[in-house]
Amino acid sequence: MHHTSHTIAVLVENEFGVLARVAGLFSGRGFNIESLTVAPTNEEGLSRMTIVTRGDENVLEQITKQLNKLVDVIKVIDFSDGSAIEREMAIIKVTAEEDSRAEVLRIVDIFRAKIIDVTPKSYTIEATGAPAKIDAILELLRPLGLKELVRTGAVAIGRGPKGWKG
Amino acid sequence: MKMNGARILLESLKREGVDLVFGYPGGTVINLYDELMNVRDIRHILPRHEQGGTHAADGYARATGKVGVAIATSGPGATNTVTGIATAYMDSIPMVIISGQVPIPLIGNDAFQEVDMIGITRPITKHSFLIRNPKDIPAIVRKAFYIARSGRPGPVLIDFPKDVQIAQAEFKWPEQVDIRGYKPNLEGHPRQVEKAIQMMLAARRPVIYVGGGVILANAAADLTALARRLQFPVTTTLMGLGSFPENDPLALKMLGMHGAYAANMAMTNSDLILAVGARFDDRVTGKIATFAPHAKIIHVDVDPTSIRKNVRVDLPIVGDLQDVLAKMLVELDSQADGLAELLKNLTAWHEDISGWKEKHPIAYKQSTSVIKPQYVIQKLRELSNDDAIMATDVGQHQMWVAQFFGFQQPRTLLTSGGLGTMGFGLPSAMGAQAAFPKRQVLCVCGDGGVQMNIQELATMVQNRLPVKIAILNNNFLGMVRQWQELFFDKRYSQTCLELPIDFVKLAEAYGAKGLRTDKPAEVEQVVKAALAHNGPVVMEFKIAREEKVLPMVPAGASLNEMVLNA
Ligand SMILES: Cc1ncc(C[n+]2csc(CCOP(=O)(O)OP(=O)(O)O)c2C)c(N)n1
Ligand SMILES: [Mg+2]
Repeated sequence: MHHTSHTIAVLVENEFGVLARVAGLFSGRGFNIESLTVAPTNEEGLSRMTIVTRGDENVLEQITKQLNKLVDVIKVIDFSDGSAIEREMAIIKVTAEEDSRAEVLRIVDIFRAKIIDVTPKSYTIEATGAPAKIDAILELLRPLGLKELVRTGAVAIGRGPKGWKG
Repeated sequence: MKMNGARILLESLKREGVDLVFGYPGGTVINLYDELMNVRDIRHILPRHEQGGTHAADGYARATGKVGVAIATSGPGATNTVTGIATAYMDSIPMVIISGQVPIPLIGNDAFQEVDMIGITRPITKHSFLIRNPKDIPAIVRKAFYIARSGRPGPVLIDFPKDVQIAQAEFKWPEQVDIRGYKPNLEGHPRQVEKAIQMMLAARRPVIYVGGGVILANAAADLTALARRLQFPVTTTLMGLGSFPENDPLALKMLGMHGAYAANMAMTNSDLILAVGARFDDRVTGKIATFAPHAKIIHVDVDPTSIRKNVRVDLPIVGDLQDVLAKMLVELDSQADGLAELLKNLTAWHEDISGWKEKHPIAYKQSTSVIKPQYVIQKLRELSNDDAIMATDVGQHQMWVAQFFGFQQPRTLLTSGGLGTMGFGLPSAMGAQAAFPKRQVLCVCGDGGVQMNIQELATMVQNRLPVKIAILNNNFLGMVRQWQELFFDKRYSQTCLELPIDFVKLAEAYGAKGLRTDKPAEVEQVVKAALAHNGPVVMEFKIAREEKVLPMVPAGASLNEMVLNA
């Protein structure tokens, strides 16, 4: 069994309680959620969720079928085949004192991140990119002293000229 | 024309063809009830407990195929419906439950009798609505009924705040219902149907495995026609009983934990299973790893999530069962040669099956000194009409009904299969009787479960609903006792009910007729007397206390590892 990460986009009615229905489905059926983001789209009344989940093929098939079964779900797009561009943002507060200040700046530069707040003892960094890139910058910053981290979770969109309606 | 929200809701129910509702008043539905006095055409039955009302609406839905409607006030009234909603959800029964709610400005404030009913019922409803504006009521009611009865049916909750019942709006009935996120897939794919036919014609040891979906889809006639055309043996789940006549030579009867030996052997040895409206529940498959090891599986269901949930499937067909079965019958018309060949190939299989049926038929040891429960069920069948409706509670008696009643017609068995709810039998029988005042409605209960909604005897008497209730009294929570006997060294922890109840007096206290016997020779005359009486009757049969339901596949064992006599 392959327990790999899958990214799913879910277009939902922007209705009272939709998030609870989706979250309840995952918890009630023992499906796992690595990250979930939701926000309104360009279309009136429509929100889009991006869910990153983990499970084998059968679990993933059940997840997409069960999501489709929810009345408020309009479309489920399964990006497991790597057909999506994924982006995530992280805001990272790191210790930056004396000699480590230059090192932090170097890492920020390499990853094309931004410093968004500065104190004599810390930098706060905004980093955007594929989730793997965020993991990589964190890897390098961790030894320097991570004070606080907040990640948005991935958002995803299909590659190519077509929108979700085809 | 402007009207208040309460009236708009009632007018909307009328548009949906609702002629009967079961409900219980209270503070947050008092406006709705006040308006009900102004509306003719909707009959209202007042149960004695909201759980009873909800099961009654469920029984009404199971017997008629229409959407059952229940009403409860907010808070405790609403929470009393929860078991009824879960029962309906597990068996895919179309229902609409209307719960009162505190006025919108108070929601979230822990107001008097406020509960988050939408939250509580989220995992046990197909969908739910909170009405925020009286002008939305017609569209919400329309959607609720459409969702409840279409695709795989299920209960839908409408939470109805008190201030919205009072507020005025224009009543405008929407001619169309269109929900962009809800489009059940009803048409079976023709290519898949063709493939299925090819697999069926190539089978040597086929079985049709039928679940409650066939009854819900009103597809029993098509199913029966298909089985007879192909000469495929048919086994049904508990929920599928009635979808195929059990006196047909092709009938294998019920399968699974307390299923017939022949049915379980046929499944285990089959090379092709055509599953129709069934969901491979653990009570049916036994140990999954050894389930039907040689079989290719064709799975037909309207709900794609049922497919490949528990077992591997070789050919899935998603669609309305009537549509798919009808397409199969049409496809067979052009397969005369294949069909003739098939029938020749099935001879050996039919012989195997006859052998199993003869070796271990569903049977029991008769007694002249003590009443055997199975005998009571046989007498009920023998003395009642063919179209009699049989409701059961949950326990040993339920399995004896399933094994011995011999169901011939769809929608004649009302039983809680998925949730296994004790207390379901009596009120669901009441709901069916309200729908069909002229038909015989029987109800078989245990002495334990009957006390979980016994208060509805009052409702039956008051509304002249002449249900005939047979209590199989073993003075035990028999089904649990049986497990304790077989798997827990006869340690009968809390399963002896000890205090004997005088059910005859109890019936009489409610104004019903009470009859009792402990003698096998009197069973027939008690049943006859009950059927002849024109009001509700409680028959108390004191039965062999330690009788077991057999055969039995112990939980976790393979289907062919049945305990036949213990
Ligand atoms: C509401 C509820 N509580 C508990 C159970 C567990 N249970 C299943 S069968 C059973 C015994 C039922 O006893 P009785 O009604 O006397 O029927 P019998 O098995 O004796 O025929 C129990 C306790 C249940 N199914 N439902
Ligand atoms: Mg009992």
